[in-house]
Amino acid sequence: MVDVKIYDSKDEIAWCPGCGNFGILDGLKQTLAEMELKPHEVVIVSGIGQAGKTHNYINTNGYNGLHGRAVPPAQGIKIANKDLKVILHSGDGDSYAEGGNHLLHGIRRNVDLTHVVHFNQIYGLTKGQASPTTARGQKTNMQFDGNKTDPLQTLLFAISVGCGFVARTFSGDKEHLVKTLKEAINYKGYALVDVLQPCVAFNRVNTFKYYKDRVYTLDSTDYDPTNKVEAMKKAMEWGDDGIPIGVIYREEKETYIDKISYLREGPALVDRMWNPEDAKKYMEDYR
Amino acid sequence: MENNILIGGAAGLGIDTLGILIGKILCRKGYFIHSTKDFMSRIRGGHNFTQIRFGVEPVCSHWPLLDCIIALDKETVEFHAERLGEGGVIICDESVEAKDDRIIHLPMARFAKEVGNNRAAGSVAAGALFKIIGESFDIVEEVFMEKFEKETAHSNFEAFKKGYEFVEEVFKINKPKKREQIFINSNDAIALGALAGGIGFFASYPMAPSTSIMTKLSMKQDDAKIIVEQVEDEISAINMVLGASYAGVRSMTSTSGGGYALMVEAMSYQGITETPIVVVDVQRPGPATGFPTRTEQADLDFVLFSGHGEYPKMIIAVKNAEDAFYQTTRAFNLADKYQVQVIILSDQYLADATQTIPPYDFSRVTIERHLMTKEELGNEEYKRYKPVENGISPRIMPGKIENALVRVESHEHNEYGHITESAEVRTSMQDKRMRKMEGLINEIQEPDYFGVESPEILLIGWGSMYGPIKEAVNMLNEDGASVGALIFGDLYPLPTRLLKKYGECAKKLVNVEMNSTGQLARLIRQETGIFLDHSILNYNGRQMDSYTVYSRVKEEVL
Repeated sequence: MVDVKIYDSKDEIAWCPGCGNFGILDGLKQTLAEMELKPHEVVIVSGIGQAGKTHNYINTNGYNGLHGRAVPPAQGIKIANKDLKVILHSGDGDSYAEGGNHLLHGIRRNVDLTHVVHFNQIYGLTKGQASPTTARGQKTNMQFDGNKTDPLQTLLFAISVGCGFVARTFSGDKEHLVKTLKEAINYKGYALVDVLQPCVAFNRVNTFKYYKDRVYTLDSTDYDPTNKVEAMKKAMEWGDDGIPIGVIYREEKETYIDKISYLREGPALVDRMWNPEDAKKYMEDYR
Repeated sequence: MENNILIGGAAGLGIDTLGILIGKILCRKGYFIHSTKDFMSRIRGGHNFTQIRFGVEPVCSHWPLLDCIIALDKETVEFHAERLGEGGVIICDESVEAKDDRIIHLPMARFAKEVGNNRAAGSVAAGALFKIIGESFDIVEEVFMEKFEKETAHSNFEAFKKGYEFVEEVFKINKPKKREQIFINSNDAIALGALAGGIGFFASYPMAPSTSIMTKLSMKQDDAKIIVEQVEDEISAINMVLGASYAGVRSMTSTSGGGYALMVEAMSYQGITETPIVVVDVQRPGPATGFPTRTEQADLDFVLFSGHGEYPKMIIAVKNAEDAFYQTTRAFNLADKYQVQVIILSDQYLADATQTIPPYDFSRVTIERHLMTKEELGNEEYKRYKPVENGISPRIMPGKIENALVRVESHEHNEYGHITESAEVRTSMQDKRMRKMEGLINEIQEPDYFGVESPEILLIGWGSMYGPIKEAVNMLNEDGASVGALIFGDLYPLPTRLLKKYGECAKKLVNVEMNSTGQLARLIRQETGIFLDHSILNYNGRQMDSYTVYSRVKEEVL
């Protein structure tokens, strides 16, 4: 294992004290260390939001994109250089509101990357409005009479559109977080991981205690994550009777790069050798 | 001496294929050709046509008068017969009930049936055309063999011969010498330029009239071992292109105005992250959906001012299929050298104008990546946004050099690419980015000038108006007028040397543009304080031809 300290960033962390993101950052560093990935071999891609600050607090390559647009550049990076480990950190607004279309089609495209959603059921950076995952009826700093929109069942959605790796973990359980992230990063294809992460400033409902009291690990049951129908049922489980954490669904699928022989077998696109004269033969179409 | 042919009919009758076949054959015979397409936004029905202008002298515009109309339906006769010049003829199927003394009824459908291929009616017409213009059927068979499967080629050639034998020669036209040339439109030229220039990644969402750039690249992607990805929307296209470029491959997207509108936030993102990209906007008339299959030059203001905040950019308008190839290769080099966005402006006219040009000289093309090597970095700590004199902080590829991390940041950032709120850092970073404009200004190409040396009237145009204005200037000067023209390719930064030189001696400055507000005139005013005296504008979706420019200068300016 490499020394986890190599991932430490000198940046002052701008998250609120007690923010669930600290657990995610800590778990991410631990995961990379255990996987013996060097900082230059990893790109953390982010959008905008509190989750979108993650790349600043870890010493790797970083690509901070636009709000809702972390998925497209992450795919571009991986397609251009298949040797890089590409990990997205993005909030529930970034992933499921503004970025919804890219998530849907990113899953269909199945580029090998890990999409970690900082799932706190509220907008933090913009100070407490409902997110696509805020419960119906929950009062917020914008939805004063309660949220009138049903929350998106994110993992059910991901399974239904063909995501081959769908998991949930909890920032308050480091061991589970590291295990899940490791499995997600090792998975060949689009891996989506919701990380339950209390927002201490703006979500007075889904607190650390709320999650702590409800989560149970799927490892402690005889749950089979390869059965799609059962997985869809499991993905719908949410509430006082329990919130499952662990791998909800897993299926081996051909990745984007697997489908393109010269990328699968050849060098990374960034290492392609090319001379302008190589294109001369294409001019013959116009004679 | 030149000839003008129009092939018209409903969408789905094979007008496009027929136009390409006739064009290819004439190209190989050595004629100079300029072919344009006018089509509706539909797959079947309506009225579409291709115009082919050819001769033994160079041609670079379409032309209003016709010598021969191949009418695949009655509407073609009704719409275009009035444009037929003296001695002109109309070829149509015997079933077409149009009444006109100049019609040659040809049993197109019947001959096609006789050769066992109902879709070969167009080849019957092509055969008749070649006889009418006094051409032989050399080269015809080889072109058919290349274009079609063997049996189809054979039946089309038989159909061609039947049409050829059915009619009499009408025109005596000068025969060209064979010459080395290619027959290509500007969209294909841009795709070919991108391939020559070492493109590695292309992402786009289909949108007329840009789509054929993606189609062409897609046809070559396996052979060239590049990636061409059709994505969910233009926002994804541009952001994916930015990601791929960050990782280190040359990347490009293409679209039209509406798609570009969706890309605008990411264009601004390019500005702060300094990730090199090439973006092609093949313009069509707006606002909004406008005229999907027609032409306009009305996105200049938009691309010029697109993107929030201030950052350097370069805008190049391509002038024709020859220019489009070389400018695309240049765009990649400039994007990499200055770490800027280079926007290539084309339009539907150029996208569908197929013309004969000398073969591209691939030995003139260079790929200059301007990436820092491990040796150049040495033991120094890598800083993506290192403040340097010329503003161009050295780039490396992420993952290639141990301990050298590449961090790009949408927020204002320090030299390491870390987020900052410092007023001092902000000012120095903004200054660093804007310093790149100084270098770019030294790269710009002056507009093309043609006409008399001290013109009284100076026409000013850009991009696709190159051909029509060039021909109009010759015609006006032959009439004894004193006319010159400057045609801009590079638009931003705006080159001003020739503008000042010719602007000072001319009595009247006239912008000739395909938009309704005179966007180039406004840009010139903004950048130089020079006011133009008169505008010749057209915004009906159809490109002004050289004759229109000539006539309007005579009526409105002289």
